[in-house]
Amino acid sequence: MNHKMIESGNVAAALAVRLAGAEVIAAYPITPQTPLTEKLSQMITRGEMDAEYVAVESEHSALAVCIGAASAGSRSFTATSSNGLLYMSEQLHWAAGARLPMVMCVVNRGVGAPWSVWNDHQDAISQRDAGWIQVFAKDHQEIVDMTLKAFRLAELTHIPVMVNYDGYYLSHTYMPFELPDAADVKAFLPPYEYLHTLDPERPESLNTVTLPDARHDVNGVKRGGYMDIRHNLHEEMRLAMEVWEEIDADFQRRFGRGGAPIFDLYQCDDAEFVVVAMGTLANQFRDVVDRLRHEGIKAGVLSLQMYRPFPSSHIANLLQSAKGVMVFEKGLSYGNQGALFADLKSALYPFPARPTLHNFITGLGGREIRTEDLYQAVKTSCEPGNQSSPEQTDTPQWIGLQL
Amino acid sequence: MQQEPSRMIQIRWHGRGGQGAITAAKVVAEASFNTGFGGVAMAPTFGTERRGAPVCTSLKIAKGKIYDLSPIVSPNIVVVLDHLILNEVDVTAGLQPGGLLVINSPNPVETHALPDFRVAVANVTKLGIEAGLRKGIVNSGIIGVLGRASGLVDLDTLAACIAEEFRDRKPDENVRAARMSYAATQIHEPTPGGPDA
Repeated sequence: MNHKMIESGNVAAALAVRLAGAEVIAAYPITPQTPLTEKLSQMITRGEMDAEYVAVESEHSALAVCIGAASAGSRSFTATSSNGLLYMSEQLHWAAGARLPMVMCVVNRGVGAPWSVWNDHQDAISQRDAGWIQVFAKDHQEIVDMTLKAFRLAELTHIPVMVNYDGYYLSHTYMPFELPDAADVKAFLPPYEYLHTLDPERPESLNTVTLPDARHDVNGVKRGGYMDIRHNLHEEMRLAMEVWEEIDADFQRRFGRGGAPIFDLYQCDDAEFVVVAMGTLANQFRDVVDRLRHEGIKAGVLSLQMYRPFPSSHIANLLQSAKGVMVFEKGLSYGNQGALFADLKSALYPFPARPTLHNFITGLGGREIRTEDLYQAVKTSCEPGNQSSPEQTDTPQWIGLQL
Repeated sequence: MQQEPSRMIQIRWHGRGGQGAITAAKVVAEASFNTGFGGVAMAPTFGTERRGAPVCTSLKIAKGKIYDLSPIVSPNIVVVLDHLILNEVDVTAGLQPGGLLVINSPNPVETHALPDFRVAVANVTKLGIEAGLRKGIVNSGIIGVLGRASGLVDLDTLAACIAEEFRDRKPDENVRAARMSYAATQIHEPTPGGPDA
């Protein structure tokens, strides 16, 4: 039996975490994530969710508790936003390097200074190299489904997963979504059995100091040094794309939703011009694409659902024959350009017939993103003869500046 | 293909922090969803709300899924939970010509008449007290006025959603307030050519 409801994105996430059977929750409140952790805390206190809620004094401790819980074999979850994620940064790298499966919702918010409680993607983008898998949801249904799939992905790959969703645009907005039946979720997501669970009967040394070189263990088996261990993380993260696709296919078979694990494509089949974006921003382009199509411009929008690992060959194969690609993003690598843009450009480099590229920065710190402005930006980029010089290609255009 | 923006019903709610505009919008979202509108998106204005300060909430309703979550620029309907907000906020900003303005006001509808818009008024504050609610509870009552003037969702569906939303907070009295406000709604049609025509 399915359960349809209208609720906020934060409540959708909390209900998904309960359905996933998370056993340990440790979190520190921060806007706009707060209602998510409040809901989890409330459900646990009322006996509606069988989990341990560990109230901590900071985000750094929140993730440290999850690291401990996951090491002990518990399914663990945390959530944060903005500067809270950055305060976790050291522990983010640790959780990934220690190969501990866990899921964290990042309710995306601009990073201070200056303070902003409003949405952009700089928090997640700034942590893209920590070794976490990063996926982005566009609506409440995706928050629910991605969170459930993320636990399975984390536990199959032993790589932690960050489920990103836009602060306010999703976290505080009410829209309809469906919750799957708890028994069906249990079948999809079996209990977490961790091979290296802390157990006094089976002592192991974990995450000890490694040396630059590989060395033999007490049994005489050659074990990797730091570089070999880190190489494994990278290789297995690349393979995680395929695992994610398999999980999505199984989810779709069981629950009837899915089919777009890496990208969600709209009107891309014959598109000459493709917009690339993540999160709710990608959905905002659907009306823009419809309007351009109505004017005879073959436009489409590619919503990138998985940002790390970066699906470079998937995306390059899809976009290499387009005439133009416009990357819109709510964050950037300061002093260079949009991070997603740079990733995409690098993926397209091996293809000789690669498209013209444009980079747009928009909506930082919650600056209103007017659909009309998006339309004008895409339309201008589609005009014949609008070939940027190499320097122009590499210079992001800012939409919505007020000074 | 998506619905034309014109096929989407866009309602902007003006209230004061703590007055329950968000709850009212949520009830209308639920009722619309239950009567076949597959797409509803209710977004509070994202700010640092204080109790008593003017706040605003947007509700988009459509037959199909809503993809564009950007703020409402040109609403079809504006709902005002406190007529004194009319002195502080330009509530009709962007309201489409012929659009509906719903006001909780102690004054007769003629005092709020506007040439370009339909105006619907009821004294929701007074009716709420008569229905057995604490003074100042207006968010259930205003739903009745909106339901009557817009015809968007029938009264019984709205009443059922109000009863569910307020199940721990005087559900019967809140439903009564909505029904009484529905019955007491006065409507002033737009006057083509302006007030002197």
